[in-house]
Amino acid sequence: MIKAILIFNNHGKPRMSKFYEHYTEDTEQQIIRETFHLVSKRDENVCNFLEGGLLIGGSENKLIYRHYATLYFVFCVDSSESELGILDLIQVFVETLDKCFENVCELDLIFHLDKVHNILAEMVMGGMVLETNMSEIITQVEAQDQ
Amino acid sequence: MREIMVRAMYCEMLGYDASFTYIHAIKLAQQGGVLEKRVGYLAVSLFLNEGHELLLLLVNTVLKDLQSTNLIEVCMALTVVAQVFPKDMIPAVLPLVEDKLSHPKEIIRRKAVLALYKFYLIAPNQVQHIHAKFCKALSDKDPGVMASSLHIYLQLIRSPDSYKDLTGSFVTILKQVLGGKLPVDFNYHSVPAPWLQIQLLRILSLLGKEDQSTSELMYEVLDESLRRAEMNHNITYAILYECVKAVYTIHPKAELLEKAARCIGNFVLSPKINLKYLGLKALTYVVQHDAKLALQHQMTIIECLDHSDFTIKRETLELLFRITNAQNVTVIVEKMLDFLRSCNDEHTIIHLIGKVAELAEKYPFNKPEFMNTLLPMKYNSWFIQTMNDVFSIGGDLLQQDVPNNFLRLLAEGSESKEEDDQLRLYAVESYLTVLKGHTSHLPQCFLQVMSWVLGEYAHLQESVDRREVIRLLTQLLDQRSVSSETRVWILSALTKIPEGQTDLILDLAESLSSSQDTVLRQQAQELRHLSQDSQLREFKPVAVVCVFSSQVDSSLSFLDGFVSEALAAGAAPYKPPHQRQEELCEDRALNLEPYSFSLPVSLSSCSITDRQSPTLLSVSSGLSGNSAELSQKAGSSTLILEGVKRVWGKDGYLPQKEATAPPVDEPSAAVQPASQQEAAERIEPRPEPSTQNQDKQQLASSLFVGLGVGSSVSLLGKSEAPPPRFRKKPRPHESSSSSGTSKRSSDSSSHSSRNTTDSFLYGSFPEEEPATSISTFDHTPKSTTANGLSQNKDTKEDRHANTSQILGGDMVIVRPSTIQDKHPPSVSSDLTALLPADLKDLPHSDVISLTSDPSLSLSSCRLFRDEALLLVIFISNCTETVIKDVAVQLTCEELKVISFCCKLFEFMRLILMNSILSVIHRPLVVTTEEYGKLWLSLSHDVKQNLKLLTDAGDPLRTTLNALKDALQLHVVDIIGSEGIVACRLLSGAPCLLHCRVNGAALAMWLRSPHPALPDFILYHCQRALAHH
Repeated sequence: MIKAILIFNNHGKPRMSKFYEHYTEDTEQQIIRETFHLVSKRDENVCNFLEGGLLIGGSENKLIYRHYATLYFVFCVDSSESELGILDLIQVFVETLDKCFENVCELDLIFHLDKVHNILAEMVMGGMVLETNMSEIITQVEAQDQ
Repeated sequence: MREIMVRAMYCEMLGYDASFTYIHAIKLAQQGGVLEKRVGYLAVSLFLNEGHELLLLLVNTVLKDLQSTNLIEVCMALTVVAQVFPKDMIPAVLPLVEDKLSHPKEIIRRKAVLALYKFYLIAPNQVQHIHAKFCKALSDKDPGVMASSLHIYLQLIRSPDSYKDLTGSFVTILKQVLGGKLPVDFNYHSVPAPWLQIQLLRILSLLGKEDQSTSELMYEVLDESLRRAEMNHNITYAILYECVKAVYTIHPKAELLEKAARCIGNFVLSPKINLKYLGLKALTYVVQHDAKLALQHQMTIIECLDHSDFTIKRETLELLFRITNAQNVTVIVEKMLDFLRSCNDEHTIIHLIGKVAELAEKYPFNKPEFMNTLLPMKYNSWFIQTMNDVFSIGGDLLQQDVPNNFLRLLAEGSESKEEDDQLRLYAVESYLTVLKGHTSHLPQCFLQVMSWVLGEYAHLQESVDRREVIRLLTQLLDQRSVSSETRVWILSALTKIPEGQTDLILDLAESLSSSQDTVLRQQAQELRHLSQDSQLREFKPVAVVCVFSSQVDSSLSFLDGFVSEALAAGAAPYKPPHQRQEELCEDRALNLEPYSFSLPVSLSSCSITDRQSPTLLSVSSGLSGNSAELSQKAGSSTLILEGVKRVWGKDGYLPQKEATAPPVDEPSAAVQPASQQEAAERIEPRPEPSTQNQDKQQLASSLFVGLGVGSSVSLLGKSEAPPPRFRKKPRPHESSSSSGTSKRSSDSSSHSSRNTTDSFLYGSFPEEEPATSISTFDHTPKSTTANGLSQNKDTKEDRHANTSQILGGDMVIVRPSTIQDKHPPSVSSDLTALLPADLKDLPHSDVISLTSDPSLSLSSCRLFRDEALLLVIFISNCTETVIKDVAVQLTCEELKVISFCCKLFEFMRLILMNSILSVIHRPLVVTTEEYGKLWLSLSHDVKQNLKLLTDAGDPLRTTLNALKDALQLHVVDIIGSEGIVACRLLSGAPCLLHCRVNGAALAMWLRSPHPALPDFILYHCQRALAHH
């Protein structure tokens, strides 16, 4: 199960956060900060996985992240998810965003937060992967925009 | 409004409080058009959590939208239901969501499946009835719906037994996916439905675990996927990885294993860092089955150890931890400590340091292999040094059990006293050295350990002046950074260091007696008195209680009296939490029913309609009464508890004050900082930072030493499980219980009080409860010949001595060394013939042999008389010689010995009347008509399905007879598939049981005027049938 999905920029400013488990407001902020610290100090040429060592959960959970230009996409998942699978899911998510916003950039996320959430809701529902097919996601999102 | 809500979401995300908008989010979801509704729902799912009270306001909207004809609204409602929905409200929407499973649109079916899965996660017992529908979703014609149902199965199959029959379907699905039968839409980078494949592989590995026949079904398809997944893309590697894991999880097949091993090799050797990581993970997983694989890749592993990536390093260490054996442990521990020193992530430290400690304690120096590489002396210094590192690196992040275990190892020691003392000596020496250096940076927990060890064992080191030790410890006290808890540890250490240095101690006590901390002040006072009064000090070792051999009455039998009194007074019997939970859920389900039928029902009308029957209400009130009663129980039984505490020892196995402080002899000079020297001349190759190939080779050989020997079983660090360095002494509790008893005690600890009541009521004597209650109730250990005096090591020794004092020198003391072994049942059944005439006709239990020794054997049986329970104890003389005199002493405050007659030769009988035992029920003899009348007049009823005994011809009759024998019930009548049974309490309250065969179960319906009685009887029926 996916526990949380975070997007923040190179300076640690959150651009989107979605938690599938309940945390208090303060904890959520702390998680974002901590995750940023962990992720940002890693080189480009190291692996995309980070284990344990997080407020978000003991050794059971792990972080899977990707870095695109100015944004970090971080998924926090438990042991029931496949690491590489999630890595590709991030790719799918980003490609979908790219198609929906036509060349997505950080500003799109800021000004269309609701749309980002809607796209995400079509991919991941309550922590479970719902749909991985890009065109299907786009169809659903567009249907709702009418 | 929409725009504003989006801004509010943004603010909330940045961490500002926007709680004032929550209600507007709900309003937006309720009132807006589709677009507004969407933002409203989105905001709600971001703002509110499952327990938030505002969510109640949303329930109605969700219900309305679920019934809407607009697909988009239904979708949104389903999404929000899966995201945040209060647990209590699930019954309200459940039927609607279930309906959606057969919706024509597949997207809705998919979302409904996921929503149901979410419900299953939150409240599994509420969706039990729809498992069949999950099955239907699995066979849905739309692959998407099928894919989402896999989430559910992945969860359900964690306990695979009931899903084995689905293996075939999953294999077929996977075959179809592999064969490209799915629409092209599902392809991702021209791989057919990769995520689906991953999930299927996981499910298969769960199903095939340790099950050969199931595994055989999937060999073919696994082979196929291994073969297919050979393209160069991330997602194929993901599938491969799952495949490899599955191959190693299920029942092994050589051919597949070989292929999988090759895949792992590819992973590990891959230049892509992510794949390397996965390869290491797979290796970690696989070394448990096949350690040789690690051997093949040793050079790669060595390289990974020096990798710049933190995650890779960590994973490598994890792998090394798994392959640790007695020969490479020092090198591996060294590596781990190196890593820890450079690491600053809290969780990683906690995680790894525990493993280091585990390794250090696991490998004993007296094992032959270890002797080859390290001498015992070296081991000692290595062990202490490693633990020092553990404490100073881990510091106060350490979990409490690490220092506890360490201290216990030191204190309890192994078999040989000499070795123990050597180890302790090393510890003392090394700590003195540490304390002489800078101490301000040391973590509190390390200081505590040091002060304890110095207090206990400083006397072993004869070369050190005791004044020096005291000086070092007092120095610590003066430091500001030392916490008050540590101060207390230090003070108690000082208390233990024996007399002679009165002046120093007095100074110290003086300065501390004005301390702010009351505990410290008290300790200082004690210390002063102790050092002034030499008589008191001499007395101290005598007053020592050995805490280690103390016994714990985990069955809480001392509460039995109270429990049964409470039961007799009408309290509800204890229900285990899961049972309570179920009943509460039932209640709740009833409460909410009206919701699902009509939408606009207000809450108030709801509460009126849900008044079911008075009986249901009384059940719930009984429940709450029960919990209140429980807490009261805890309060009112403090007197008894206090008694127990003393046996148990407040400090557990960490004796602070009680521990012995034997006087020390002449101190001498010459301090040896031995440990450091020892550390320096360690023979292990220390890996150089410069990564010369030769160094690596050397390192590899030291790391993988022992792995190449061949037989895979002995290679595994994990499964090898060498005897712990110091064998922990078996808990007295365990040692005292015989085979039968231990089963019982583990059983009784799980649902405590009720069970023990029971065992008391049915007081079969070989059980440990009576025995422990004797020793817990009165502290002067008089004891008995008759009763199971549990044999504990040390404490029992002096009890033993006491007994013989009381009884006189020529007594034979029979202890329950062998229970039920020596006596074949035929012998003991003969004994009932010896019963006196007036007792012969009473119903009686089987004769149970309690104990025996070559000269005497003891057995007992219970006789059920109308007004009392008789306990007959048979003492038989097994020898030829005549026994002149038998003294039997039964000690238990709860049992009043009324008559006590002693015959000289074969047996005697004791009639015990017990106030507690009055709760025991008797058969109630009534006719069927009387039964019918009585039935109607009784109010409290309980229904439950019980197991039916099916081993004989007539299951009902067999079952009832079994119950009758076990529980002293009266079978009134058996008509067709129904039977009626009656019993009553000694006090007269009847309990009627109505039993009906219902398929393979026995539907039992109990009624009684006494609210607690049906539960009580039912419980015993369950037990009796389970034991049958």
